[in-house]
Amino acid sequence: MRLSPELGPVCLESTNLMSTNSQLLSIKDLSISFGGLKALNKVSIEINKNEVIGLIGPNGAGKTTLFNALSGLVEIDSGVLEINGTQHEWPKPYELIDLGISRTLQGVGLFPELSVLENVMIGGSNFARSGLISAALGLSAKDESKLKARAMTALERVYATGLANRRADTLDYPVTKRVAIARALISEPRILLLDEPAGGLGPQDIEWMNSLIHNLSSQCSVILVEHHMDVVMSVCNRLYVLNFGQVIASGDVESVRRNPDVVAAYLGAHA
Amino acid sequence: MIKLITAILTALTTGAIYALMSTALVLVWRSTRIINFAQAGQAVLSTYIGYEVTVRTGSFWVGVVAAMIFGALLGAVIDRFFMRPIFKRIQSGPILMIAPVVATLGLLGIIQSIIGFKWGLTYQSLAAPVSTDGYTLFDRVIAFSPFNLLVVVFATVSMLLLTLLFQKTNIGLALRASAHSPEIARLSGIKVDFIRTLGWALAGAAGGLAGMLYIPSSYLYPNAMDVLLVFGFVAAVIGGLESLFGAVAGAMLLGFAISFATSYVSEKLVFPMAFIMLIVVLLIRPAGIFSKKKGRRD
Repeated sequence: MRLSPELGPVCLESTNLMSTNSQLLSIKDLSISFGGLKALNKVSIEINKNEVIGLIGPNGAGKTTLFNALSGLVEIDSGVLEINGTQHEWPKPYELIDLGISRTLQGVGLFPELSVLENVMIGGSNFARSGLISAALGLSAKDESKLKARAMTALERVYATGLANRRADTLDYPVTKRVAIARALISEPRILLLDEPAGGLGPQDIEWMNSLIHNLSSQCSVILVEHHMDVVMSVCNRLYVLNFGQVIASGDVESVRRNPDVVAAYLGAHA
Repeated sequence: MIKLITAILTALTTGAIYALMSTALVLVWRSTRIINFAQAGQAVLSTYIGYEVTVRTGSFWVGVVAAMIFGALLGAVIDRFFMRPIFKRIQSGPILMIAPVVATLGLLGIIQSIIGFKWGLTYQSLAAPVSTDGYTLFDRVIAFSPFNLLVVVFATVSMLLLTLLFQKTNIGLALRASAHSPEIARLSGIKVDFIRTLGWALAGAAGGLAGMLYIPSSYLYPNAMDVLLVFGFVAAVIGGLESLFGAVAGAMLLGFAISFATSYVSEKLVFPMAFIMLIVVLLIRPAGIFSKKKGRRD
């Protein structure tokens, strides 16, 4: 199954790629090392409301490590996290949703034996009563039906409602990408971390993904790790370029594209 | 004819008890990837608690509730204060493969020693709440009593409740997600450590119930549940280790195989039959006869 042709218009809502300058998240001087290897060295980034920023750089530059730090999957050496101008502890993975942050994974990461609907519902577990006693007494039934409704809405946003009852391991790869994004959207995040959403997709599906990211930016901010430069250049307001764990350039797309350090380190092959 | 009916009814009764044990093993396996050899010890200790409460209150049913609650608490405590610290320290290397086996076998020994100190090594008997005299069928007494019927009903209702919990509730969804991919479950906001502990607690409660339903037909002593652990393990492997349905179906298959072999061939075939089934399944379908095939693609 392909993503684009039968899906109809994607941009239902007006896109808003203009920064509002209201800072939503800021990471200052983040350093992480694995043994003797410095994976990130005093990296600072910030993202504003309804902004799409791109993290680019060669393989091993530290992009996914930065996502993992923000997701609580790796321990940091030092660094400050601010959300809405307030300093926060670095979150544990299960606290991410409560902070208004959702992420997708490079490897999609659907639960193969669960249905598409269940896969999406898992992303909204925080919104349903989950106590054993309430479940046993049937008190959670109302919450669960609300959660199902939320999951259907999230699937609608990625045009996958028709797949709700399919087992995840029966889906083709491009469709799994959509379901993974729906799972991230069910919690209505303020910040969405997309890890290579266009990876492994064909040209038509990539075009569809572009439109989806444009749309999403009207509802939340997006931090994008992506190797497809067409996607990065078309959807991002600003870019941070990482190389060997350091930010070597940042700014709007055009200034980064012209930056000689960036051309040398990464974009040279694509420019 | 009577022989056939008796064999079927005996198979249902033993299969029901095996199902509770295999379910307990599958619950822990799914949530932590550990084969819990201590399950026999947990179940028998919970049964001792149920036995004590039954003796003091005079009510078998209060004893059952006590055994299940204690079993759940014991399971939760073992996970929180024993298994979790061990696996926080052991993240990789060959010891990671061995540690669960050694840890749970060691725990089994510790629990059985504690029981020995507290209650001694003597056999205790626990009276069933209803008659254990077999029903009369065609003027002949068969080896199926009102208590056996109660065992089948209780085990069936427990399985149905567990299935509902897993398939129809949000917490069941969290249990299934955490079993498959803890990291993704965590990123989705699920407190995986709590969910794992819940898996151990549910398994402990199932073990306590299995013990209280098994002991009235046998005796209570520190190793009373060892045989059930073996049959529960065989049933879980036959069912594929991953699903509750597989655990129950594997237990029923095992119950029927043993019952028919002992009824029609020889009473000495109890253990050989179980291991023959295990070996055949491992040779022909190592993932278990109820393991799911990959679904259809577009």
